Amino acid sequence: MAITDQDVTRVARLARIALSSEDSARAQEELNGILSLIEQLQAVDTTGIEPMAHPLSAHQDIALRLRDDKAAGAHTLEQRQALMANSPSGTEQGLFLVPTVIE
Amino acid sequence: MPIHSEFDTIAALRGALRDHKVSALEVAESALQAIEANASLNAFLQVDPQLTLDQARAADALLSSGQAPALAGIPIAHKDVFVTRGWRTTAASKMLDGYVSPFDATVVARLQQAGAVSLGKLNCDEFAMGSGNENSAFGPARNPWNPDTVPGGSSGGSAAAVAAGLVQAATGTDTGGSVRQPAALCGVSGIKPTYGTVSRFGMVAFGSSLDQAGPIARNALDLVELLDPMSGFDERDSTSLQSCDGAANQAGRIRNEFDAAAAQHKAAGARPLEGLRIGVPEEFFNEGLADNVAQAVENALKTCESLGARRVGISLPRTRLSIPAYYVIAPAEASSNLSRYDGVRYGHRAQTYTDLADMTSRSRAEGFGPEVRRRILVGTYVLCHGYYDAYYLQAQRVRRMIANDFQQAFAGQCDVIMGPVTPTVAKRIGDNREDPTADWLADIYTLGVSLAGLPAMSIPCGFSADASPLPIGLQIIGNYFREGQLLAIADSFQQATDWHQRKPEQK
Repeated sequence: MAITDQDVTRVARLARIALSSEDSARAQEELNGILSLIEQLQAVDTTGIEPMAHPLSAHQDIALRLRDDKAAGAHTLEQRQALMANSPSGTEQGLFLVPTVIE
Repeated sequence: MPIHSEFDTIAALRGALRDHKVSALEVAESALQAIEANASLNAFLQVDPQLTLDQARAADALLSSGQAPALAGIPIAHKDVFVTRGWRTTAASKMLDGYVSPFDATVVARLQQAGAVSLGKLNCDEFAMGSGNENSAFGPARNPWNPDTVPGGSSGGSAAAVAAGLVQAATGTDTGGSVRQPAALCGVSGIKPTYGTVSRFGMVAFGSSLDQAGPIARNALDLVELLDPMSGFDERDSTSLQSCDGAANQAGRIRNEFDAAAAQHKAAGARPLEGLRIGVPEEFFNEGLADNVAQAVENALKTCESLGARRVGISLPRTRLSIPAYYVIAPAEASSNLSRYDGVRYGHRAQTYTDLADMTSRSRAEGFGPEVRRRILVGTYVLCHGYYDAYYLQAQRVRRMIANDFQQAFAGQCDVIMGPVTPTVAKRIGDNREDPTADWLADIYTLGVSLAGLPAMSIPCGFSADASPLPIGLQIIGNYFREGQLLAIADSFQQATDWHQRKPEQK
């Protein structure tokens, strides 16, 4: 099963990566190459095997730890400013600036 | 030649610092000079002498007080995927060019608390995706043994900096082999501990069910010095373990196991590895393995036998399947993790765009390099409705079969597993550029361990016969939480061999 140019367009849109038509053609070729590599998985009989999300589940019963549902300590204004200092567009009154979403 | 490189081990340098034969400031200054003299290696993405010298002065103050922690004044550096206050953190990506974190990664904070002096941030593959450091947005790091060849990746700058003697040790991260493979190609030692033992808080995320931090150094003893304080439970990482087979996950766990195993080796005299069963998987010696690597690994196994170990043939029948399984799971997780780079709160933002969605799409297209874009697209594809079962869940099932194969070997046949790290020595920079998956195939011996979450290391075990000889690594794989045992075996090997003491020509 080969990846079509429509597939590439769809995946690029889902991934939010703008592709020129030249990029798309190359991506289609590369993805088809990668697909032929990962196709090998289809031939494996995995009947009765549980998907493994956590690697230590081969060793012990394990679940991701959940923290208590309570607010962490409040941050200072300086800490917030330090966090926002990396904004690529600058900030205004503690807000990130983005293009207009709703007129 | 920097001062620290006159000392074979961190312990020896520590002795000189504590006896005030050298100061942390002198050590740091000479390391900064060495980094500058070796700028052509492109191992460092950022040095900031002021920040480094401030840390060195603080270390000297501790050394004078007689209250110095274990690593006071030891020169190290961090892979640029660990966030740091002061130094920029880019993950070698244009996406994060100029990013400054308001906090330190837990690994960075713990090593600083232990007194280590940071020389700066090390080059790597963009977002740790690659195995040659050629995917860095800031140019490839070079292998000190031959600057025309790659240092490996993704922790290429880390391995190159240690091999060139620019720092005593460095941090790295390993998602599919990114500590072990560059360590092997640069002739230094590296360990990836069990998944969940070292905190990933402040480590730029790639594949969250695989990512694990680990140190690179000149020898096993120095790896203990770094890995032990690096490891330990951290509530800010939801995958951080509170206990490891009943032992609290905290500093001291690995050192205690190492000390106990090392004492046992020592008591055994000339045969320190007496009774050790080494599993040698037949699938690690297939047709893809270069003769010089096979020979060096074979010689290393013979050395282990002469030290008392017994060799057991084992099978890891799904070794080849670790490649497709990994290259479904890692890109899937990467596509999810890297969705945070939207050009809004931090990272690159495109100059021109029509609306919010266009801004994000253009920013990501411009900010990510080709390999990262490729993996995000693959990951997005395999997570799509209709393919999720066929690719992603199937890869996770195969992953469990791979992990079970390791468990079967450890259950009755062997105590550790040994084999090559890479099929060949370091390739030339620029090779394989036409086929993006060619490099992926060379990850065959490291991916299974990452999928299974096991600890594994690489230590030097030989050189190619080239005019500029290139290093070869031996991989040692242990069962879950057996880092101390692995390090003690590596140490016994290094006491009997001198591969780890060889150095490239220094500037």
